[in-house]
Amino acid sequence: MTDNPFPLSREELLKIYQSMRTIREFEERVHVEFSRGDIPGFVHLYAGEEASATGIMTHLRQEDRIASTHRGHGHCIAKGVDVKGMMAEIFGKKIGVCGGKGGSMHIADLDKGMMGANGILGAGAPLACGAALAAKYRGNGDIAISFIGDGASNQGTFLESLNLASIWNLPVIFVVENNGYAESTSVDWAVAGDSYVDRAAGFGMPGITVDGTDFFAVYEAAGEVIRNAREGGGPSLLECKMIRFFGHFEGDAQTYRAVGEVDEIRANRDCIKSFSKTVTSAGVLTQDDLEACDSKIVSLVDEAVSEAREADFPTEADLLTDVYVNY
Amino acid sequence: MKQNLIPILMPKWGLTMKEGQVTEWLVKEGSNISMGDEIIEVETDKIAGVVEAVDVGMLRRCIAETGKTYPVKSLLGVLADSSVLDSEIETFIEAYEIPDSEEEADESAQKYLFTEVDGLRARYADRGSGDSIVLLLHGFGGDLDNWLFNLDALADNHRVLALDLPGHGESGKTIPEPSISGLAKFVGKFLEAVGVPSAHIVGHSMGGAIAMQMVTEHPESVDSLGLICSSGLGPEINCDYLQGFVDAQSRRELKPVLQQLFTDESLVNRQLVDDVLKYKRLDGVDDVLRTLSAMLLSDTHTILSDKVIASGKPTLVIWGEQDRIIPVAHARNISASGGPSVEVEIFDSAGHMVQMEKANDVNRRLLNFLG
Amino acid sequence: MARTISYKEAINEALDQEMTRDKLVIVMGEDSIGGTGSPGEDDAWGGPMGVTKGLYGKHGNQIMDTPLSESAYIGAAIGAAACGMRPVAEMMFVDFMGVCFDQIYNQAAKFKYMFGGKAETPIVIRTMVGAGINAAAQHSQMLTPLFTHIPGLKVVCPSNPYDAKGLLIQSIRDNDPVIFCEHKSLYDLEGEVSEESYVIPFAEASVLRDGDDVSIVTYGMMVGKAIAAATILAKEGVECEVIDLRTLSPIDMETVIESVENTGRLVVVDEANPRCSIATDVSAQVAQQAFKSLKAQIEMVTAPHTPVPFTTTLENLYIPSAEQIVVAVRKTLN
Repeated sequence: MTDNPFPLSREELLKIYQSMRTIREFEERVHVEFSRGDIPGFVHLYAGEEASATGIMTHLRQEDRIASTHRGHGHCIAKGVDVKGMMAEIFGKKIGVCGGKGGSMHIADLDKGMMGANGILGAGAPLACGAALAAKYRGNGDIAISFIGDGASNQGTFLESLNLASIWNLPVIFVVENNGYAESTSVDWAVAGDSYVDRAAGFGMPGITVDGTDFFAVYEAAGEVIRNAREGGGPSLLECKMIRFFGHFEGDAQTYRAVGEVDEIRANRDCIKSFSKTVTSAGVLTQDDLEACDSKIVSLVDEAVSEAREADFPTEADLLTDVYVNY
Repeated sequence: MKQNLIPILMPKWGLTMKEGQVTEWLVKEGSNISMGDEIIEVETDKIAGVVEAVDVGMLRRCIAETGKTYPVKSLLGVLADSSVLDSEIETFIEAYEIPDSEEEADESAQKYLFTEVDGLRARYADRGSGDSIVLLLHGFGGDLDNWLFNLDALADNHRVLALDLPGHGESGKTIPEPSISGLAKFVGKFLEAVGVPSAHIVGHSMGGAIAMQMVTEHPESVDSLGLICSSGLGPEINCDYLQGFVDAQSRRELKPVLQQLFTDESLVNRQLVDDVLKYKRLDGVDDVLRTLSAMLLSDTHTILSDKVIASGKPTLVIWGEQDRIIPVAHARNISASGGPSVEVEIFDSAGHMVQMEKANDVNRRLLNFLG
Repeated sequence: MARTISYKEAINEALDQEMTRDKLVIVMGEDSIGGTGSPGEDDAWGGPMGVTKGLYGKHGNQIMDTPLSESAYIGAAIGAAACGMRPVAEMMFVDFMGVCFDQIYNQAAKFKYMFGGKAETPIVIRTMVGAGINAAAQHSQMLTPLFTHIPGLKVVCPSNPYDAKGLLIQSIRDNDPVIFCEHKSLYDLEGEVSEESYVIPFAEASVLRDGDDVSIVTYGMMVGKAIAAATILAKEGVECEVIDLRTLSPIDMETVIESVENTGRLVVVDEANPRCSIATDVSAQVAQQAFKSLKAQIEMVTAPHTPVPFTTTLENLYIPSAEQIVVAVRKTLN
């Protein structure tokens, strides 16, 4: 029996692989379905960024809240939202997690602590502060995560939230998922200053930058800041430098990227490939373990798609429901 | 000769009335007025009512103008014998002054009083003076202002207490023991709290049942019994009214319910409905009303009259012929079976709120009974 | 016990009683306590107009001062509401909503619908509205129509102390986002208010005056003007029915329609600017639902299509007056 050098058990590592792999399979499949023309509206895919979501969510319990971005599928899956319900939602069906009334950009499950993907960039930051405020007021040790993109990090809401979280000492972590592009605009051009850690420091807030394609780096850094927040140490900023495989939205030809850039990162900077390599070389998991996992996931996503396709759309009666609790 | 000049004044109905609007003169100048004749219709911010003649004479002058508002105790008209000269009447009118505001200030200081009974706030009114004490108990969903036309008239000759029962008016909005017996206990403790060993207890509707319960449990605290459209004399009660009162959420729903209380439905004006709605919306009131109405509806077969008759306590039963809440038949039954200690008086053209619709008649009859 | 207190005191009392009743009710706003972190007195301001004074002494950490950062703290209040708290956040002047409107109309208003019914966002946003104190263009608007337009928001606008207390308690107990509009010129208005806690349901307009000749429908500070106009007109033998809408979303059109079906004439008075306002909304609905009852054209009395001017002479011309209402009523009678 080989020694396990990782801070996680074999079972936990398998779960992590499963989570990342599910996100990848889900997103790759949505890409295919979208290109068939069967998914309405906008979708923004998380493929390539799995280590960030999973590295953070592994530290969370169901009661901890997350506020996501427009690119929320990965956050949802890592937080435990039902995969089939998500797929049905993206297809706009009544059995979707939001009854078909939110879609990809507003996918949410409050029961799982997922406060929603958000169509308004930066809007999640104050909401996460609110969740943290509630946790602090109740004294239950819960925390909140505000996921934000490199582009949205320029929004007033984000900067105001850094200030508010600092002065109120809120148990919230601001995770800047820096994939280098705000839609088509490069982070180098749009974001003033050399690093996000500097931005946080401007508010007296501690910050860390990690390689967002390295699960273990994310896991370790996240563990530190989350523990600190739970113990009343206040907010932190965690920058995950990563890459996205797909465009800003499905249909984005990505002409703003260098020729061959996407191929190169798929080949050399795939966080799942590097995770697999790391755990199998250490002998803690085998290739068979991972492949067994893979085939289950492929079936799951496949079923999710066929069930979503079969399911009914919401009806006229559903149009007018749930505007208010009561009116 | 001033004795022959009788002023008709704006009355004070209830504790908060400051002024009233004259809506109609019911008699013309020059008519002969008898005792009890209806002279002027007046509307206050709480209710509409009629000023009745308390003397005989000729209506020599109608001073008040229709549509105008006058403070309480304003001179509205003058009754005088036909032999009295016009000039004397003019002199009287000119000389008339509304009584001192000092007296008014004293009165308003005594408007509503508060005490604590069993840890619960209790609001009450205390008017008049003397050794003979009358305690007025309102009914379900009411408050001490239900007696607004009766308080002052009775206070001429007696000390009059009127209590807001728990859950009602401005008393605390919980009922520790939601039963007639529990409420009777509360009233008994209230009397102790204000240092009154016994009183003539006059109860309206559910208040009557409470008064009867006090006779059976603590007869020494009851000098005599006044039962006005009282519950507890028979099993029938208008369930729709009770349920409607409890369930109504809006003016639209409540108005037709309240109209059942009166023969003259026009008495249920917007202000009255709004006041009841404001009460129903206070925290705690909905629970109180639901609990009490359930109790009243399930308890219809507890008839208290037998015990009361057996006690021999002097009892006056007053009813409105057109009572739509508790049938007037209950009054007729006790009239038949009550024996010498029970007197019964039924007034026509009056409903469940007979003490309002026939206030002067009821006051006269009560004063007569109380001695 | 009912006694006379001011509109401002009634609001303070509603907050105080609800904070006592339910520890999940938290109050926040700029200077809501006043003096946090400063060397002088605690509870220095109690809000810019003193409405929340004294709450800190009684309720401690249930009330908090916020930085000058509406997006963040209004958004935080909304996020906390979505997590089961019952926040009452103050957006000091409704004119400031531009800096945080997204959190209100794209987030709070839409959670329940977008998330398929699972979310509940029981937030109350208290805000000062209206003109009359020379606060000029950026501190005097009546922006109620911008909120009533948004599905998912409720909008409340009391005109007197009794209504202010009951409607604020109702707003706090309500499970939807409520914009609670306090007219800054009414803070010192006095009225009878019970000491006890009570509620007033939404979508129940108040008929303040019965009349058979014309229906005057309005809300907020305009209620007093409408009553004044009705008093003037009564001397001419014209009896006006005055209706105070109290809540603008949901709105009690039933009472309005019932009144117009009786009178046949409608004058709507609205302190907001004339395009796409409460006045146009009510007028259109009446025209659609009670057209056959109308004996004359509907008249609207509103502020002009201008920002709010600073100087007193102009501000007085800006705010609809009782005289203008009288003129409008007379037009319906010609």
